Amino acid sequence: MLIRLAASARNGWRQLTSMRTALMLLFLLALAAIPGSVLPQRSVSIEEVNAYFVERPDLAPVLDRLGGFDVYGSPWFSAIYLLLFVSLVGCVVPRLRDHLRSLRRAPVDAPRRLSRLPQHADQLAYSAPPAAAAEALRAGLRSRRWRAVVRGADAGPVTVSAEKGYLKETGNLLMHFAMLAVLVGVALGATLGWHGNTLVVAGPDHRFCNVLQQYDEFGLGTRAGAGSLPPFCFTLTDFDAEFTEGGQPTAFLAHGEVSEGGGDPRPVEFTVNSPLRLDGASVYLLGNGYAPVLRYTDRFGETQTSTTPFLPSDPQGTAQGVATFPDANVDPAGGGERDPSLQVAFQGLYLPTAPAEGPLVGSVHPEERAPTLFLQAFRGDLGIDSGTPQSVLELNQAQLDSGELAPVGEAVFLAPGETMTLADETTVEFVGTQRWVTISVRHDPGQPVALVGIGLLLAGLVGSLVGRRRRVWFRVTADPATPGHSLVEAAGLPRSDYSGFATEFSHLLAALPLTPIPDSELQPAGRST
Amino acid sequence: MAGLSDTFVVVAVLAYLVAMIGHAAEYAFGTRGAVARAAALVPSGGPLPGADPEPGSPPQPGGGRAALIGRGAVAMLVVGVAAHAVAVLTRGLAAERVPWGNMYEFVLSASLVGSVAWLFVLRRWPATRHLGLYVALANVVLLGIAGLWLYVPVGPLVAALNSYWLVIHVAAAALSSGIFLVGFVAAAMYLIKTGYDERGKRGFPYTLAPRLPGAETLERLSFRLHAFGFPIWTFAALIAGPIWAEAAWGRYWGWDPKEVWAFISWVVYAAYLHARATPSVKRTTAAWLAVAGWVTMLMNLFGVNLLFEGLHSYAGL
Repeated sequence: MLIRLAASARNGWRQLTSMRTALMLLFLLALAAIPGSVLPQRSVSIEEVNAYFVERPDLAPVLDRLGGFDVYGSPWFSAIYLLLFVSLVGCVVPRLRDHLRSLRRAPVDAPRRLSRLPQHADQLAYSAPPAAAAEALRAGLRSRRWRAVVRGADAGPVTVSAEKGYLKETGNLLMHFAMLAVLVGVALGATLGWHGNTLVVAGPDHRFCNVLQQYDEFGLGTRAGAGSLPPFCFTLTDFDAEFTEGGQPTAFLAHGEVSEGGGDPRPVEFTVNSPLRLDGASVYLLGNGYAPVLRYTDRFGETQTSTTPFLPSDPQGTAQGVATFPDANVDPAGGGERDPSLQVAFQGLYLPTAPAEGPLVGSVHPEERAPTLFLQAFRGDLGIDSGTPQSVLELNQAQLDSGELAPVGEAVFLAPGETMTLADETTVEFVGTQRWVTISVRHDPGQPVALVGIGLLLAGLVGSLVGRRRRVWFRVTADPATPGHSLVEAAGLPRSDYSGFATEFSHLLAALPLTPIPDSELQPAGRST
Repeated sequence: MAGLSDTFVVVAVLAYLVAMIGHAAEYAFGTRGAVARAAALVPSGGPLPGADPEPGSPPQPGGGRAALIGRGAVAMLVVGVAAHAVAVLTRGLAAERVPWGNMYEFVLSASLVGSVAWLFVLRRWPATRHLGLYVALANVVLLGIAGLWLYVPVGPLVAALNSYWLVIHVAAAALSSGIFLVGFVAAAMYLIKTGYDERGKRGFPYTLAPRLPGAETLERLSFRLHAFGFPIWTFAALIAGPIWAEAAWGRYWGWDPKEVWAFISWVVYAAYLHARATPSVKRTTAAWLAVAGWVTMLMNLFGVNLLFEGLHSYAGL
């Protein structure tokens, strides 16, 4: 029973490590990767996944259970590549053992009949006794970087065995082991890496510090925690963007100040394709926009200022947002209690460049050439005290529906510095705008490992494609006709697909100090054996 | 300069079109010539029509007019490649950057690599001349698609592409794509040849087989090209791409649709090389893998940009 079990296990292992299985698994891996490009993926865009759930409420949960929105972390995808790697290890470890052995061992002895090999030449002569001739051949081969060994004594025939092209197998093994290194690098990133995304408005009031609470969204590796984040703070001081006349962006540059580990702030710059490299973290520029600054003066004469990032909705910089003043119109005499019916909000559309004529529905250029803010005031209960989470970009729809939050007056267009007066004599001034950027802060300790791994993979791949394993043998016998001279028979065998071997073989023979024996000399002596 | 580039694209398309017609005419006249030759040769025990010419030997003489047309077609193809090269060059000069900043330019550059690779193949293996019909056809179709649907006026790079990795990553991708294209043509011709010779297939496209070089020549050519293209593709998709992605997006690999399909192509071509190196796997199976590899490359070039939304879509496409 146990023996049968062991036998079937051995058989299964042999199956798994066979090339046929590896090919099948490679093909399966390619097929299994396809759904990840068709279906939205959580790791790429959670918004698109959510949108898919809304669009296909019946299909989405089924796909979700099958791992359709997380293909590359799904059990079936993992099963394929893990099996592939097990198969790979099972294939290359014995090969590594064999290869190391063959590197230490002398090239194999000459086969009995050299004439049966693909390349063959006899009737070659050497003007020295067999032992010396063999030694000279070995030296000649060595100088051409063949591994060569001499076998036999002067009494019998002396053979020289030589082999070249170990690079092929070395490269092949290197390539496959490098793949394991890449896997280790990826695993390191998944366990110890972390990232977070956030929006930073320009100015010292909006300083960002690297703690989880300050991120809008973050992801931690399975073994990473709050302690993995290196302490640093970043202030955006300025942001430059260049555009073509058509509004296509050509260059971005974020200017800021960074203090690492409580050190003094130092000026920094970073841009798309050129992230800010800090100790233990990199900061990537993802997006940018304008944050209109609104100053609201309420019915008690209290002034509040809000800087609200507006999100661009088209390439020309047209942006939307909502500025809220939940603490507006709080009676200073009433003990500072919020009056829910008198909270104020403004819904706005910001045009960095309003068109000179025509309807002011959209910006015509992303630069601030004719900034205009289209503002609608709302008054009432903002609904932010109810405890339900809500968007900071939109007004609470439930409150609008119930009428507890209602528009006040007509919407107006404001240029920077202009003020709008509401019906209750309160005012709102459009002070101007601040720049904001969205950044991604990331660290992946597996990156160098994966890079070295893939570099070695390429080096090994080139070696295995360029390298050609081949063997040559020389059998040297004493020349019975001319004492002190030898007769040499040579043969060669390419061990991999190598169409140029015949040429190399003849060049090798020509380069070694061998002289073909003219036919006229051969005939009388009858040395055909 | 930009207008010059557009003009040369038109010249290139016209030249490829004439080359295509020339090659087609050579097929037509050549067949008649071959039939006539067969009639003349059979009694004297000469080679049958369709017998493989020796690998690397010039095409069989005969059908003098056909051969003349064939040589004319090759000359026209060279003119097309030259005009194509000028179009790419002037496009780059007009934009003052590398000429692969959007999909139109990428198709223009990648197809040029394919054409140039074909000229090298033609020089090395003149017997494969007849395949020029397909090279010319592929170029007419690709340049036609580029000109009609993908065209964008010359402009500066979008900020996201403003990196020297654009030169390295995209050049390597275009180079390997061009090489894989010619490798695919050789693999497909090998399948046609073996289908005709060994399985007795006689329908289209197997009717082309008698005019093709020997199966072994085609198979070896296909392998050489794939073995040459694969490390370049590895560099483009798995080294240069991830290094740039790390600098641009913060992660070296994120399963963006283009990355997914680049990975799929890599896996399929890796399977081809494994199949080719395994004696127990039939050469035709390997050739089918090469064909599948090219299908994934096409999917990546057109399908991903047109069907999916991802990080690799810019400038409208």
